[in-house]
Amino acid sequence: MRPAYSVVFLTTLIGAGQGLFVAAFMAEAVARLAGESVPTTFLVRASIGIVALGAGGLVASFFHLGRPERAWRSAAMWRTSWLSREVIALPAFIALAAAYGLLHARGHGGTFLVGLLALAACIALFTCTAMIYACIRFLQEWASPLTFVNFVLMGCASGFTLAAALAAWQAPALLAPFTTGAIALTLAALVSRVASLKRNARLQPRSTTQSAIGARGPDAVQKSRGFTGGSFNTREFFHGVGAPGMRAILAAFLALAFVVPVALIVAGRDGAGPWLALAFAVQYTGLVAERWYFLADARHPQNLYYQSVA
Amino acid sequence: MTQLALVIDLNVCVGCHACVTSCKEWNTSGDAGSLADLMPYGKDPSGTFFNRVQTFEVGHYPETQTVHFPKSCLHCEDPPCVPVCPTGASYKRAEDGIVLVDYDKCIGCKYCAWACPYGARELDAKQKVMKKCTLCVDRIYDEKLPERDRKPACVLACPTSARLFGDVHDPESEVSRAIRERGGYALMPEWETRPANQYLPRRESAPCDPPTPSSSSPR
Repeated sequence: MRPAYSVVFLTTLIGAGQGLFVAAFMAEAVARLAGESVPTTFLVRASIGIVALGAGGLVASFFHLGRPERAWRSAAMWRTSWLSREVIALPAFIALAAAYGLLHARGHGGTFLVGLLALAACIALFTCTAMIYACIRFLQEWASPLTFVNFVLMGCASGFTLAAALAAWQAPALLAPFTTGAIALTLAALVSRVASLKRNARLQPRSTTQSAIGARGPDAVQKSRGFTGGSFNTREFFHGVGAPGMRAILAAFLALAFVVPVALIVAGRDGAGPWLALAFAVQYTGLVAERWYFLADARHPQNLYYQSVA
Repeated sequence: MTQLALVIDLNVCVGCHACVTSCKEWNTSGDAGSLADLMPYGKDPSGTFFNRVQTFEVGHYPETQTVHFPKSCLHCEDPPCVPVCPTGASYKRAEDGIVLVDYDKCIGCKYCAWACPYGARELDAKQKVMKKCTLCVDRIYDEKLPERDRKPACVLACPTSARLFGDVHDPESEVSRAIRERGGYALMPEWETRPANQYLPRRESAPCDPPTPSSSSPR
């Protein structure tokens, strides 16, 4: 598939926002159990970050549409379409995260209840985003529970890294749990991403040129796709990057999204804010490359019909 | 319940592309507006087509066959493109099984094209909505046309009658009989989309013997 940058930025931005919310809300929940409290400035600033990341993703998603002025129609088919469900879950999550921050800023009660609702929206959003890809059964690289696991772990890892950077300025007491969480989640995301890479490397495409045209016998090759110019089919489903380029992108995202951020978080775990901010910037860049690779990696069966120009 | 469909006879398709051009002509002139044609006379022409004829070589030399293969929307009985549509623009008609796109509701998100294993859908580069074969829905019910012309443009254009059109749920229809008697098959059965359109396979024919000098009549 040809990766759409709108989708790359949508999924990575909201993932980081969701992870940041999980970090902030877990900090509040754990503090409540211990009878302590989390600095309000931290929770309010984190909420501003969550809303900004979610809104950024929402804006990016509009660039994916041919007719963005009709985007309001896209919530209609929530009974059958994961995309429609995401269209509902994303604004719901942003609104609840905004309410969560606002209640904290105003010093009102009920933050825990609103936080629980936002957590439910956050989980629903992770599910919708992952299922948009995982539910297409013939895109075999995506049709796996690992797609969901990866989206959750990578979103939470980048969110915890951002929470650690915020905590270095706003809530030093939370530094230890956030850095530990960020390292653990980043390593867990690395394990699950490598598992999906290994799975995809072993995949045997179920469709072949034989099944695509119904030819009997082992030899069937396309001699002409029927036209010499380009078409939607030749643009949308081929990323056009060769094997060496793909290997370079793979190596880059494994280093930038997982290995380098862990080293930077370790360097900044005693409260060196700039190291932690750099860790987030590097990890986010790595996750952009990861999401590009994830989208490009899927081999669409329609490509069997576009193997030869003439 | 009716399920309109095309049955395409690969035994007689000669790959002339008449169905491609007549489809483009009819559908670019219809009520729904033109099909994009960017740089039609330029170096890299690109446009929206509902139907293409492709060519494959099947078998091992010297026993090879050239197979001309027309490809358009298969109007699946279980179309994976329909449930994924967030707006309901993509739908399958209950009355005749045609899968259609409501161009006024489509937001151009391309998700349905991702969800079609056959590559039957194309985003129109000008109107920015998804388009695909309609089985000439604006023609087959038009009572102003003589009855014999109430067929998809591609079917009427085919010089070898390789394209049959009818109700595959009616066991006595021409298309059902052709599927039954000629071994009609569906594309990519592994995804269980149950395409309504089916294809008739090439018929086996014995290789020609080289002509011998003693034979009195030419083969």
